[in-house]
Amino acid sequence: MVNLGFSIGDLHFKNIVLTASGTFGYGPEFEDFIDVSRLGGIVLKGMTLEPREGNLYPRMAETPSGMLNAVGLQNKGINYFEKNIYPRIIGYNTNIIVNVNGSYIEDYVAVAEIINELENIPAIELNISCPNVKMGGMAFGTNLSSAREVTKAVRSVYSKKLIVKLSPNVTNIVDFAKVVEEEGADSISLINTLLGMSVDIERMRPSLSTITGGLSGPAIKPVAVRMVWQVAKAVRIPVIGMGGIMTASDALEFLLVGASAIQVGTASFIDPQASIKILEGIENYLIDKGISDIKEIIGYINRPVF
Amino acid sequence: MTKRIEDLKILENKRISDDFFVLELSGNKILPELKPGQFAQIRVDGSPDTFLRRPISIHDVDYEKNSIRLLIQIAGKGTKTLSKLRTGDDLNLIYPLGNSFCLPALNEKVLLIGGGCGIAPLLFLGKYLKSNGYIPDILLGFRNKERIIEFEEYLKIGNVFITTEDGSHGEKGNVTTHSILSTDQYKKIYCCGPDSMMKAVASYSKERNIICEVSLENLMACGIGACLCCIVDTVKGHLCTCTDGPVFNINDLKW
Repeated sequence: MVNLGFSIGDLHFKNIVLTASGTFGYGPEFEDFIDVSRLGGIVLKGMTLEPREGNLYPRMAETPSGMLNAVGLQNKGINYFEKNIYPRIIGYNTNIIVNVNGSYIEDYVAVAEIINELENIPAIELNISCPNVKMGGMAFGTNLSSAREVTKAVRSVYSKKLIVKLSPNVTNIVDFAKVVEEEGADSISLINTLLGMSVDIERMRPSLSTITGGLSGPAIKPVAVRMVWQVAKAVRIPVIGMGGIMTASDALEFLLVGASAIQVGTASFIDPQASIKILEGIENYLIDKGISDIKEIIGYINRPVF
Repeated sequence: MTKRIEDLKILENKRISDDFFVLELSGNKILPELKPGQFAQIRVDGSPDTFLRRPISIHDVDYEKNSIRLLIQIAGKGTKTLSKLRTGDDLNLIYPLGNSFCLPALNEKVLLIGGGCGIAPLLFLGKYLKSNGYIPDILLGFRNKERIIEFEEYLKIGNVFITTEDGSHGEKGNVTTHSILSTDQYKKIYCCGPDSMMKAVASYSKERNIICEVSLENLMACGIGACLCCIVDTVKGHLCTCTDGPVFNINDLKW
């Protein structure tokens, strides 16, 4: 038996595999394929105070080893969630994390206040890195003082575990990590999608209705691994790594550079069982290496070579 | 209804024209109940350019043989790769996905309209209608004689009418200009094909108060309602083509 668990403060996760926001719906979408309760946690589709219709079609373009999306935070709003979705998923024996979004700081605060009262939601992921909305989103995550303000404001009303999800679309992501840690974040997750663009040469138009969108998939993995390595060295709070993880080997790279846990995102679109296969693969890796606790490999590459 | 992810074996890969081929697939497990209009998400292995699955509608089902058939058009790298599959190769599918066409009311005269690769789900639908006592008319539109897809099997279901844009086979023009549409006999129309064709059929149907269902072919990533990429604008807001569709009543679409 190997220990695959990790903690954010006093919040325990049974294992280090979570699903990334926007790639796993709310969980029920995957029930035909996996036992959702086997996961360490699920991060729900990005949520806002008011319902949002999202961007116009086309919102997605396939790219080499990846995809661009510009969904634009389509969701039915926090009240709909509380009444109709929350009761459906509280039976999952896993940590359910709500990904919180807004156009203004007040929106983030309002959503966080409502979630704070939901007994079965032990943490939120503050999304200051969505590249696909005109207002808010990435605007908060690419400006140091905005990142500080929104984290501070949400921290003041939210008493459970606060994870802040960082944008890679900045010059020095470590500065953002330090700022949100200073303002009381309990954990940092990264990376959100990289801003990208592609053109449909037959139509001679941008592939996406929004022109630009967020790139995800294996194409971004080396960038993500580098950023997770930089951030994990610079902060004391646990870091949750993601970006192009398709296999257990990919996940292990993130753990070895310092991530305490990982999120599986786009991989779930190609294989709805990817998250569980990755969990099993990590466990097998540890067994093969004779390692009894996942913590022993976290940040292992930073240890001196003897 | 439970969705599954499964490797099926290629029983046959039959090329039926330059651009079209039919894959017949079977697995070790008994096929789930499949409904006309549903589709499968097909994984295309072997190239970083074909990262996502391809949504392909169910063309035909043979429960006795425990096999399904997919009619596929070579439209890009993914379908090109699929066209090279051989008997005995494995293909990974997530299926059955999506909703299905609704049966018409009793004794209603129905018309199936298909264009290009959009004829694919109409074979399964036509057989289903026939087994429920309907004799549908079938109107198929193609660019020209050379682009006609083999339609012999459709002849066993009902009367088949063909249009080509250049008149090289059947009536000249497109499906909405075909003479059978000048009659008032149809109470329900099922349509699948290019967006421009479906929109023309939708406006024809609306003018005459004919119930019309169309099957959309939006770009998809997941196929199971998680990514929200394949949305279509409807009177109920943005809905997923993969889970709320692919079949929509035209009155629900903001066309």
